[in-house]
Amino acid sequence: MPAVIEVRNIRKRYGDTLAVDDVSLTVEQGEIFGILGRNGAGKTTTVECVAGLRAPDHGAVAVHGLDPWKERAALTRTLGVQLQESRLPGQLRVAEALELYSSFYDAPADWRELMDALDLTAKARTKYAKLSGGQKQRLSIALALVGSPRVAILDELTTGLDPQARRDTWEVIRRFRERGTTIVLVTHFMEEAERLCDRLALIDRGRVVTVDTPKNLAGDGSLEDAFLRMTTRKAGNR
Amino acid sequence: MNLIKMEAILSLRDKVGPLWGVGFPLLLLIVLGNVPSLREEIEPGVTIFDLYVPVLVLFNLAMLALIAVPTVLAGYRENGVLRRLHTTPVGPARVLAAQLVANLGIAVVAAVLFLAVARLAFGVGLPGSGLSFLLSWLLVAAAMLAIGLLITALAPGRAAATAVGTILYFPMMFFAGLWVPISAMPPLLRDISHATPLGAGMEAFQHAYAGDFPPAQPLLILLGYAVVGAAVAIRWFRWA
Repeated sequence: MPAVIEVRNIRKRYGDTLAVDDVSLTVEQGEIFGILGRNGAGKTTTVECVAGLRAPDHGAVAVHGLDPWKERAALTRTLGVQLQESRLPGQLRVAEALELYSSFYDAPADWRELMDALDLTAKARTKYAKLSGGQKQRLSIALALVGSPRVAILDELTTGLDPQARRDTWEVIRRFRERGTTIVLVTHFMEEAERLCDRLALIDRGRVVTVDTPKNLAGDGSLEDAFLRMTTRKAGNR
Repeated sequence: MNLIKMEAILSLRDKVGPLWGVGFPLLLLIVLGNVPSLREEIEPGVTIFDLYVPVLVLFNLAMLALIAVPTVLAGYRENGVLRRLHTTPVGPARVLAAQLVANLGIAVVAAVLFLAVARLAFGVGLPGSGLSFLLSWLLVAAAMLAIGLLITALAPGRAAATAVGTILYFPMMFFAGLWVPISAMPPLLRDISHATPLGAGMEAFQHAYAGDFPPAQPLLILLGYAVVGAAVAIRWFRWA
């Protein structure tokens, strides 16, 4: 079975800064694949290339065999993306946003169920501008999944969520994976990486340091120790 | 369809368009209609108040196209609304279109409302040629929305878009005759007025009121603004 996502030697430069130097990744069907790395390591740029929001300067990306940049229209039907710093119109209510976004897809997930699973039902009639940071984050996750995507890309999945909301979100992610969704997520939480992800890629200064299961990466110590050992101490060269 | 409905609902909740684009000119219409000196005939059968009715129709279009639309769309870009839509099958272009259609709908309601109130409450006659009025209105709407899109395309952010729209709004309304009727302007200002979209629109409206088909000049000027504005906006538009 061919890989769902194939990233081959991508490189991306913004002016003087090299955001991604050389990243190659392969994500298999039904995997929960985590990307770890320090701030500015090139994680977001990498997933933006996979989501078709940026074209790499070099290298190639294929998702289900499609080029996300050139064949975005075809890919968006089966892709769900949660972005950092992407808000909604302030006057839009939670239920309206979910209903609207679910109408974009041919075979969407049940948005009411999703709203409930992410504990947003009590806020169904609340305007986006009135939501707390955590509620906005949960809505953003729901919108990424509402199309019942075959591939979901989630940047900073649970940043800003309280522990209970984080566990609820993991449950939702696992449920989607059981239905066949392949998940790529960027995270800063070692616990999340350990408990949720099947495999992890460690990115440092625009390069992949290693790809392995959380267990193998942690070895005898903790995952956090391994992370600190394998990433550069000084801030990245982004 | 879903998007148009949603953009219309959001525009109504936002209140900028409905309040300043519809409510305020409607209030102005009612207030001016009650000023006796404006109701005196300046030439047989025409009062200054009669001239204000099409000016307020332009007021509505200018407010929606120059301020409401750029503020909302530049805000969508600034807040990443358009970026998120890039990752969905709908894409951001359709949201842009939905926003324009929603505002066009609000403008139609406003124009009908203004004409009806002027007719029923103050006895101002409807345009002699409805077809000419409709055509002129559509061209003004196209020209103004194209300029609104141009502001959205070129402004770096939401605040800048609102500022540019507001700054353009006042001279444009001046040349539409909001403060001084165009016919009372000195020749130089009158010539400038005829070259501006709202001045050209007013000229076309007056022919429509008189029951004539407007001459080619104002119609071509409006068409020019619409085509050039839209072309430049499309060329320079940034989604993120």
